[in-house]
This record gives sequence, C-alpha cells and structure tokens, in this order.
Amino acid sequence: MSRIGKAFEKKKVFIGFVTAGDPSLDKTEEFILEMERAGAGLVEIGIPFSDPIAEGSVIQEANIRALNAGCTTDRVFDMVASLRQKTEIPLVFLTYLNPIFRYGKERFCKRCQAVGIDGLIIPDMPFEEKEELASITKEYGIKLVSMIAPTSGDRIEMIAKESEGFLYVVSSMGVTGVRNEIKTNVGEIVERIRRVTNTPVAIGFGIHTKEQVKEYCTLADGIIIGSAITKLIARYGEDAGKEIYTYVNERQQFCS
Amino acid sequence: MSKGRFGIHGGQYVPETLMNELIKIEKEYEFYKNDEAFQKELSTLLNEYAGRPSLLYYAEKMTKDLGGAKIYFKREDLNHTGSHKINNVLGQALLAKKMGKKRIIAETGAGQHGVATATAAALLDLDCEIFMGKEDTVRQALNVYRMELLGARVHPVTTGTMTLKDAVNDCMREWTNRVDDTLYVLGSVMGPHPFPTMVRDFQSVISREAKEQILAAEGKLPDVVMACCGGGSNSMGMFYHFIKDKNVQLIGCEAAGHGIHTKETAATIATGTEGIFHGMKSYFCQDEYGQIAPVYSISAGLDYPGIGPEHAYLHDAGRAQYVPITDDEAVKAFEYIAKQEGIIAAIESCHAVAHVMKIAPKMKKDQIIICCLSGRGDKDVAAIARYRGGDLHE
Repeated sequence: MSRIGKAFEKKKVFIGFVTAGDPSLDKTEEFILEMERAGAGLVEIGIPFSDPIAEGSVIQEANIRALNAGCTTDRVFDMVASLRQKTEIPLVFLTYLNPIFRYGKERFCKRCQAVGIDGLIIPDMPFEEKEELASITKEYGIKLVSMIAPTSGDRIEMIAKESEGFLYVVSSMGVTGVRNEIKTNVGEIVERIRRVTNTPVAIGFGIHTKEQVKEYCTLADGIIIGSAITKLIARYGEDAGKEIYTYVNERQQFCS
Repeated sequence: MSKGRFGIHGGQYVPETLMNELIKIEKEYEFYKNDEAFQKELSTLLNEYAGRPSLLYYAEKMTKDLGGAKIYFKREDLNHTGSHKINNVLGQALLAKKMGKKRIIAETGAGQHGVATATAAALLDLDCEIFMGKEDTVRQALNVYRMELLGARVHPVTTGTMTLKDAVNDCMREWTNRVDDTLYVLGSVMGPHPFPTMVRDFQSVISREAKEQILAAEGKLPDVVMACCGGGSNSMGMFYHFIKDKNVQLIGCEAAGHGIHTKETAATIATGTEGIFHGMKSYFCQDEYGQIAPVYSISAGLDYPGIGPEHAYLHDAGRAQYVPITDDEAVKAFEYIAKQEGIIAAIESCHAVAHVMKIAPKMKKDQIIICCLSGRGDKDVAAIARYRGGDLHE
C-alpha cells in the first residue's frame, strides 16, 4: 500500500502545508519533522511560484520570501531527498503547472519518484487538463490529487471517480487563507463523493480553529491547514519550529 | 485534450472553482454569437455609441516622407474611450447582462481596458471593479480618476511586480471569490477558453471593416497588416479577416523595452518560452524554473509577460511574424506621427508605427501597409515628456 493509503487507513489525518524555502530549506525540513512529531499524518510542500493565483496573501507572501531567499525546484528536490532519509511520512508537492512544465514533466516526475514524493496537487490543472501529466505521473507511481470546489456541482462524480491518493475538497470560494466562518455545504459534497469512490477525502481552505478541525474531521478523512501555519512562519521566522509543533499538536487532537 | 486549442496552445488551466463558470460562459457565448437579436444590439452599441466603423485613414504625408509603400492607419484611437478596447468590452458586458450578471471585474495595464469596462458598466448598469497594478496607477493616474468618475472602484494591486500580470492574478483571485454574479471581462485574447476566441471575435470587427475599406479605396488587399502586440487583442482583431489571405503579411510589434538582450523587456515571442500560465498554454517570459519574469516596457499596455494562444499558434505556423520594438524606437515614432500626421497615438500603437517607419521605405510605391492605431496617446503625453527629460506631471 502507498504511504498516502496507509496514512488514511486507521485514523483521520491532519495535513500540514509549508512553502519550501520559507525562510530557508533547512528550516522547511525542520518544520516538516516538527509537524510529524506533533502528529501530522501527511505534509504538503509548496514549491514556490512567482504568481500563485489560487493563494491568498499569506501564502503569496511565503512564495515571495522563498524565491527571494534563493529557493529553486532543484533545491527543493535536494531538501526532500535529505528529509526522506529521516521520515516515512507521506509527502505531496503543491505547485502550479508552469514550474513543472518548464522543469520538464518527465524529468520532474522522475525526480519526485527518486526522492520519495508521493503525490502532486496542482491548483491550475482542472480535470479537463489532467492529461497534461496523468500518464507520466502514473508511470512514476505519483498520485495526482484532484480538487473539488463549492462550485463543482455536476462535476463532483466525474472528478471523484478518477481520483487518486486523496481528494482535496475546497471548503470555500476564493483563494487560500484563514476564515472565521465557512458557509459551503461541505457535508453534501463529501456525501456525493462517498457514493462513487473510496478515495479518502480531506478538506482545506480557510481552516484554523479547533472547532473547524473537529467539524471537518467528523465529515471527512482529514483536514488541511496551510495559511495558519504559514502565518507562524511569517511571524517567528527561523524560530517557528516549536510554535508549529504546539499549533499542530493542539489541532491534531481534534482530528478524530 | 481540453477545448479551445490553437495548435498546442490555449486550453483551460484554471482552478476547479472556475470550471463550471467557464463552461457556462462558453455555452452562453455560443448561443448569443449566433443570436440575431444579440448581434443587432451589439452592432447598434458599436455604431451609435462607440462610433464605429472606425476610419481607415490614408497617411499621405508619412507615405511621401518615408518614400515607399502607401500607409493606411486603422483609427481605433477615434473610438469612444479612445481605444480598440471598447469593441470587446461592449460585447462582453452585453453578454454579462444577458447572463444575468450584476457585476463585471477587469484587469487593466495602461488603463484603457479599465476605462472601457467602466464605461460599458455605466451604460449597461453593472457594478464594476477594476484591478490595476499600483505601479500603473501611478503611471496612469488620470485613467484611475476617469474610471472612478464612471462609477467604478479601482483596486491598486500591490502584489508581485505591481503591473499588468499581477492585476490579472488578483482579478482571477477575486473572480474565484465571487463567481456567481460576476463576469471577469478579460481585456485581451488571453486567459482560459473561451476568452481568447470570444475576445478575438469581438475585436475582429477591426479587420472586417479594414478589409472592406481597403478594397473600396484601393481595389486590392494590402501587402502588410500590422499592429502592436502585448496580450494581442488589437493585433488579433487587425489580423483575423486577413489570416486566410496568404499574400497579406501579418506583423505583430512587441515591446522590447530597453532591448531584447536586456532583462528590461516584454517581448514574449523574441525572448519567451513555452509555458502554462493565466489559464493558457502559450509563450511566456520566464526563467529556467518557470518563474514568470518581471517584464518591462515604457508602455503599460504591452507590459505583459505572455501572449495570446492564437498568436503563439500563428507564430508556430509561420503565418504571422513578431518583431521587437524598443522604448526608444516607440518614443521616436510617437513624436514622428504627431509631427507628420497630427495624430497623438498611444505609446502602445507607436510600437507598430515604429515598424512602419522601418519597412515602408524598403517597399515599393504600389504596395500597401495597414497599421492599426489601437489607441490615442493623450494618456502618454506626460510620460513621454519625462522620458525626454522634462518634468511634466499630470
């Protein structure tokens, strides 16, 4: 069974997100290990992109910090290779199509496999465009994680039927970022997914409070927190490790 | 493979949140494109409100001075709001209205598309919000006030390089935030399908008219048709009805900024590589890791790191040629056409005028060039004065 499959096998999964290279790649490695120690079951690593159109201001700024600090796709791969020596936690990349396309789709996926990346999340690659990568990711055993949005409507079943790894349900309209209130009927979306697939479902966008963690972990198989963790990094910089540990540890206890 | 391809270019590379809306726009557009009542309403707006058809003007003095081909200008600068942008905006705003939308949003570089969008919104009773890079709100302060005067809200965009591409980013983000009652009125032949096709169709009125006009005036087709090219809406509109006429040479003039061998350039075909960004596969100015380049041009309207997918295809197919024009060449053309013809043309358009100045003298006297003057240059006067060392501010 894949690392992602195993993570969802027995328990609800806390998924943490960090932007690689913010504030440095050494720190990214440390933050990921802190998240694992605190109880995260899967980590999303953002490969920074100059123009992340699905991100709110918090993660946009993290992308800029990382790029300004000299982070490149090659250096992210090197960091993951080093990290993989220390942990078996499932790791997925979140990035946009252009960095992958420019790196070379095949070369990118081959390196993902070599360093131990389990999946890819690409916000600007909808179902209709997934052939751009699907045959290559399959060849290298990389799961292509699909997203379902509040506006997906009649597309939910089509996307869910071909899902791999886990399904990323976007809780809210708009871009990533902490929200105090989420109005979408996520429950109904999850129910419709369940009817057509056994692929685990994780909910993200806007989640940060313990109550939200609890509510969405009841509905789904996991939750994704990105902006709230990124805010800690923006605030504490190199010293964010212990803050991240405390934050993830507190939240993951509500994942049941 | 998804819809909306021009060769390998185009497609729909957007977040899932927008997919159903794009599918809906495509369906609605396909319907109204063939709906006689809609087309009639649009023609009425174009003719009686925007002032179409625009003139095809024979530039006799320039022709004589340059001593070669006969030079005609397609005067989009004479349209209401001062540029070709109104052609597309009236089409999309009318579509928004038919789709029951209450609000339109748009990006703008020089402010021409923003002003046109705010104008259509005022006329058709739609709420309007414009996203404009903070840099550009400074470069084009008067246009910001114009948009506000027309009832639009202008959001200065402070992310990234604070120019056109960042305005597109933020406009897309805003659209994913509120897609129900809102149409994103994209200003160029770019973005995800169906925008490149829809915007091209609305702009193709330029070449439809120009073809009739040149046949009436000269009894033959032109030898060269040219226009400036950033995202590429005026050039696509100027090219479209000539694409099948293989003997008509098509030339797009890109903004080379300080030169294509410097980093301060926005010439996508000359310096870009294949990529996927802003919803489309096309050519983009980017680095080896696919980070989009912070492009530069004196012209805010051409200061964009990509080019529409149909242009990318015309380039691949060898059907159109794309040439880089520097700031300096464009400014010289700005001054030249003002003195020769008494026309203050937009600095964007002057990139094409500069190329006319290069090729016309080498052509025969019985040959014909049509160059699109995409907009008027009132907005640029102060910036050109500063370029020449003056201390003029609006």
